[in-house]
Amino acid sequence: MKIIACIKQVPDSEAKVKAEGGQVSWGDAPLVINPFDEYAVEGALQMKEAHSGSVTALCIGPESAKEALKHALAMGADEAVLVSDPALDNLDTVGAAKVLAAAIQKIGGADMVIFGRQTLDNGAGLTPAQTARVLGLPMLGLAGSIKVEGSAVTVERVIEEGRQIMKANLPVVLSVVQSIGEPRYPSFMGIRKASKATIPVWSLGDIGASAPAPIVTRTELMNPPVQDATIEMITGETPAEIAEKLADKIIAEKVL
Amino acid sequence: MKTFVYIDHFKGEVQPSSWEALGLAKSFGTAVALVFGAGVDAVAKMAVEYGADEVFVADDSSLTDYRAEVYASTLASLAAAASSQSPNLILFPTTARTREMAAMAAIDLNTGVLTDISGLEANGDSFVATRPIYEGKVIEKTVCSGKPVMATIRGRAFPKPERVEGKSGTITKVAAAGEAKSTVEGYGASEGAVNLGDAAVIVSGGRGVSNNPSLTPPAGMDEKQAEVWRAQQGFALVTELAQLLGGAVGASRAAVDGGYIPYAHQVGQTGKVVAPDLYIAAGISGAIQHLVGMRNAKLIVAINKDADAPIFKQARYGVVGDLFAILPALTEAMKKKLGK
Repeated sequence: MKIIACIKQVPDSEAKVKAEGGQVSWGDAPLVINPFDEYAVEGALQMKEAHSGSVTALCIGPESAKEALKHALAMGADEAVLVSDPALDNLDTVGAAKVLAAAIQKIGGADMVIFGRQTLDNGAGLTPAQTARVLGLPMLGLAGSIKVEGSAVTVERVIEEGRQIMKANLPVVLSVVQSIGEPRYPSFMGIRKASKATIPVWSLGDIGASAPAPIVTRTELMNPPVQDATIEMITGETPAEIAEKLADKIIAEKVL
Repeated sequence: MKTFVYIDHFKGEVQPSSWEALGLAKSFGTAVALVFGAGVDAVAKMAVEYGADEVFVADDSSLTDYRAEVYASTLASLAAAASSQSPNLILFPTTARTREMAAMAAIDLNTGVLTDISGLEANGDSFVATRPIYEGKVIEKTVCSGKPVMATIRGRAFPKPERVEGKSGTITKVAAAGEAKSTVEGYGASEGAVNLGDAAVIVSGGRGVSNNPSLTPPAGMDEKQAEVWRAQQGFALVTELAQLLGGAVGASRAAVDGGYIPYAHQVGQTGKVVAPDLYIAAGISGAIQHLVGMRNAKLIVAINKDADAPIFKQARYGVVGDLFAILPALTEAMKKKLGK
């Protein structure tokens, strides 16, 4: 089975991200593989282990995004490809889907293309379904488990109301959620292999795509309003006394 | 100005923020509600009662169960209809389904989707949306140059219109479009409907709910089983308070990773970003990933035995103490004071 895991590089979730001079700044916090995409790599590796085949990690980003791909390689991916082009600086999700679709075709297609549910930066969660639409493949979104029998894929999709069990024929595009299983830690051997790997870098020309004109653009960036964080500690001799005081405070706030 | 509003429902049960989207649409002009499914007349009728000027109903056996491809194609074909009928804007509540179908329809219509927006202003014949990015650490204003502009709204960010029961209106049948690429085999054991995005009150538990030393787990459990058992007793206290206040049960990442409660309850980074009127955090230390998920709550109350826990920096009221004593006492006090 040929599997492609699509990943992105984002600032670490511990980073103090703020708006500064109209730009997003994360200080000197490290850039890491998008945490949701670690589940995509994990899901891809599980599929490879169950059905043999290969896992290719695919990323759009600057040269530095090779580090995120190396993380995927260290986890166990067989190959990695970076699509990098100065014309991709203001990419929106529709553009990203078109570029990914072109890169997937250049790789030679796949039986499964796996995404994380969303990225930590933009957080729109649109690219997986948009890539499926561009490729004309079935979309199995928010999969908490994946089972393949012959050419049929069955997933348990995690939705607000519970689980929806869906089935489609390969090839498919999937996005996965945490229930797929904790992402494995890179092994020592994996890290060594990743550090030596040569990661091909493809330009838009290489994948036969033109620079997509962004449809969605940012016009302004702001920091969230600072909340008054004056805390009042509630104390008392007994839990009942504390609870009594706290209940009065909550009711007085008129939020119920 | 004409706006389409997609009314998202699961087996006829409408996601409440669909009505909030309808209210927002009305503030810009004409609102046409879209209802897809099979046997969905009751939902269409509700859309009229919540203020839709017209309802388009695609009632078709291919739409019995949600599947991204047919729902997206049906939406796109309606939006691409004769230009006098075509909308400037399509609004959705933000759900697992709408993110997908809007994403796909945007490809068909060559436009974009603004997701999880908390504000929307008309600007000529276009719109400027406000939405949180980087887990809510930063806010952006964003525009979409395509037409129609598509946007999914954040639950509880816009006022819900009044329902006028018995109101009558125009309901028009429209055709389904597109071909399904998947089949629905059924619905798995539900983890209980958890709708954190729409909850006015959330009571959440963290790692601390498993730390009640006075409980003795049933014999024969290994250490991990005993931990989960203890945590479940703790979550029972959380649930009791949540139910009393008509709210939902949330959890920190530590609690879901520990297997104490399903992932669907998780608030924060890899879970749900919420903004209830009241958020009570019990036994949650307050890692940044959790704080970004709940700091927009109107009133935050924290109960933790560690006085230095970061959650107290975010809270309005704090109690340093044992949640196993405080939570049941709070439930009792609330019961009495609310006359329940």
